[in-house]
Amino acid sequence: MVLELGEERLQAQRMVREFVDREVAPHIAEWDREQRTDPILLPRMGELGILGICLPTRFGGQGYDYLTLGLVCEELERMDTSLRVIMSVHMGLNSLALLQWGNDEQKRRLLKPQALGEQVGAFCLTEPGAGSDVAALRATARRDGDAYVLNGEKMWVSLATRADNFLVVARHDTEAQPAHMGLSAFIVNRDMVGVTTGDIHGKLGIRAGSTGWVAMQDVLVPLRNRLGEEGEGFKIAMSALDNGRYTVASGATGLIRACLEASLRYARERRSFGQPIGQHQLVKQKLAYMQQWYDCARLLWLQAGWLKNRGQRNSRETGLAKWYATDHSVKAALEAVQLHGAYGFSDEFPVERYLRNSKGATIYEGTSEIHQLMQADYALGLRKDRTLRCELPAWDEDFWLGDDVAP
Amino acid sequence: MHVVTFTRSTPDTAARLTVDADGCVSQGDAAMVVNPWDEYSLEESIAQAEDQGGTATAVAIGPEVHEEALRQALAMGANAALRIDDPALAGADSIGWATVAAATVRRLDDVDLVIFGKEAVDVGSDQHQIQTARLLGWPFIGAVSRILELETGAGSMRVERSLEHGKQVLTCRLPAVISVLKDINEPRYPSFMGIRRASRASIPVWSLADLEITLPQALTMEMKLEEPPQRLAEAELLPGTPAEQAAALIARLEKEQVL
Ligand SMILES: Cc1cc2nc3c(=O)[nH]c(=O)nc-3n(C[C@H](O)[C@H](O)[C@H](O)COP(=O)(O)OP(=O)(O)OC[C@H]3O[C@@H](n4cnc5c(N)ncnc54)[C@H](O)[C@@H]3O)c2cc1C
Repeated sequence: MVLELGEERLQAQRMVREFVDREVAPHIAEWDREQRTDPILLPRMGELGILGICLPTRFGGQGYDYLTLGLVCEELERMDTSLRVIMSVHMGLNSLALLQWGNDEQKRRLLKPQALGEQVGAFCLTEPGAGSDVAALRATARRDGDAYVLNGEKMWVSLATRADNFLVVARHDTEAQPAHMGLSAFIVNRDMVGVTTGDIHGKLGIRAGSTGWVAMQDVLVPLRNRLGEEGEGFKIAMSALDNGRYTVASGATGLIRACLEASLRYARERRSFGQPIGQHQLVKQKLAYMQQWYDCARLLWLQAGWLKNRGQRNSRETGLAKWYATDHSVKAALEAVQLHGAYGFSDEFPVERYLRNSKGATIYEGTSEIHQLMQADYALGLRKDRTLRCELPAWDEDFWLGDDVAP
Repeated sequence: MHVVTFTRSTPDTAARLTVDADGCVSQGDAAMVVNPWDEYSLEESIAQAEDQGGTATAVAIGPEVHEEALRQALAMGANAALRIDDPALAGADSIGWATVAAATVRRLDDVDLVIFGKEAVDVGSDQHQIQTARLLGWPFIGAVSRILELETGAGSMRVERSLEHGKQVLTCRLPAVISVLKDINEPRYPSFMGIRRASRASIPVWSLADLEITLPQALTMEMKLEEPPQRLAEAELLPGTPAEQAAALIARLEKEQVL
């Protein structure tokens, strides 16, 4: 694995840091308290190119690689989890799935506006009655001539009320055995008749972000909006999660860094028993652990990103990075609150927001329990990744930066 | 139209600078960034060049560390970057610096306007700007807060200056040298495309021989650098509700004869 990141990627990361420090930091506590997102945020991220960061320039993206995507996610979540969630669903779960599975016409028609940040993508897998158990999902897609009629309700959808395009997994065959073979993937547009959305309020965290539901009633989806073949829905969803989880892993790593940075500041300032609290051994221990968790989480997502750049399968490595980073971001946030004493318990300091935000990531994109089962199964040899009909393309400079028009 | 900005890399303003007994300044492992004041001059030169379909060139005088600032300029959208480096520059004072700057401007094509940031944040100086204008024989206007009109055809510009007690509008002929304040614009971020272009660009380096100049005798010499004496400050938290705190604060300020 090559660990040298190089000026270009680091500069891109710095640019994102500058943006969030200047335009988000002054408002985030208020947005979080009021449970609202500033409507200007998504267009601004689009305008700056963040929403197309790792997509080929020929599709309207910025042409950077998967490692840069990780760096950007680290930086976004260092500010607030809601910002990174945008990248997880818009880029990881939706746009990269289009890059991987879409045909040329779909890349031009659907991917390009997303890469340019003119449209925002989201991902609809979970339902009120089915989360971890994907094969149990009930939304249906009935073939009707050159179209499908979609019915069902999707729940816990990030950006439900913000996104333009939803990657929806639904059942085209209710009899299929095994059940997951009856799933197909579709791109549903918010403007299609029969689509309604709403936000969930009263969430523990990610309060500055939209999380909601998408209901579909007899939504007519043209055939050309089916992603992949009939029956490939499960594979598409799982491979999309390989990319979504990567952004969650790198983002959670940024959250650990935010906890560490806040804690270091406070440990130097706050005094007890005649010295800065950072001089007490038990406080030092917390800082040492946070540093350890940060470095480990970072190395794990870098490993996954490096494999992605090379076009190598990375489900195991990405899953491990996601599980480790998210579990440890919760720990880091807990320790950061503890280190801040009573001030950590108040929204005067950001660490209570970090704690509330950290918890979601151990639930979405595979709960920590599901990830443990997967890692054990890989280790036991019970789980093997088979080659897919469409793999995520390796980052290839000539293709990513080539300026010939989209094929 | 051709606009030139001079820029330099300075330690990140968050850096903790220390001066050792020999007068050596260390910034620890803090990064070098573009001189913060220059973000405004760079933005202005790029925006003016864009508006008028001209060229914006960023120039740094000094060792390789200043490439950082030039790459930032390119990433923001400057059309060209150039660095002047020469062993003879070590120990040069502001007149020496201005001599190089003026020679560079003369050597570049048809420069209409030179824009400086308010000052260099690390050394806290701005006399080199006026000296550069003087050596070029061009007018100098400092503290510009807005360029109202820039007519390269007519060879004139109209600018607004922000002074302590108000605004002043001035007209001057071109070419000219100006320095700009923070209020003049909102500097853009470097773009991702710009970052890529900048990190791959090779930045030409000119020597004094290329400029066909030698440096004048330095008129000033740096004798000694030392850490300022530690200032001891105490903070006190006033108790009570915000209203009580405010009343207590006013009473205290009156007592200390601040109000
Ligand atoms: C903030 C947020 C954003 C989200 N965004 C999206 C989105 O954009 N798109 C989307 O499709 N979904 C999204 N989700 C949904 C998320 O992916 C699901 O919540 C997740 O997959 C878990 O499903 P569930 O909530 O139904 O829990 P369940 O599957 O019902 O699990 C309940 C508990 O049982 C455990 N459990 C389940 N099965 C097993 C097992 N076999 N062995 C051991 N333990 C098990 C789980 O680990 C968990 O602790 C989001 C969720 C949140 C909280």
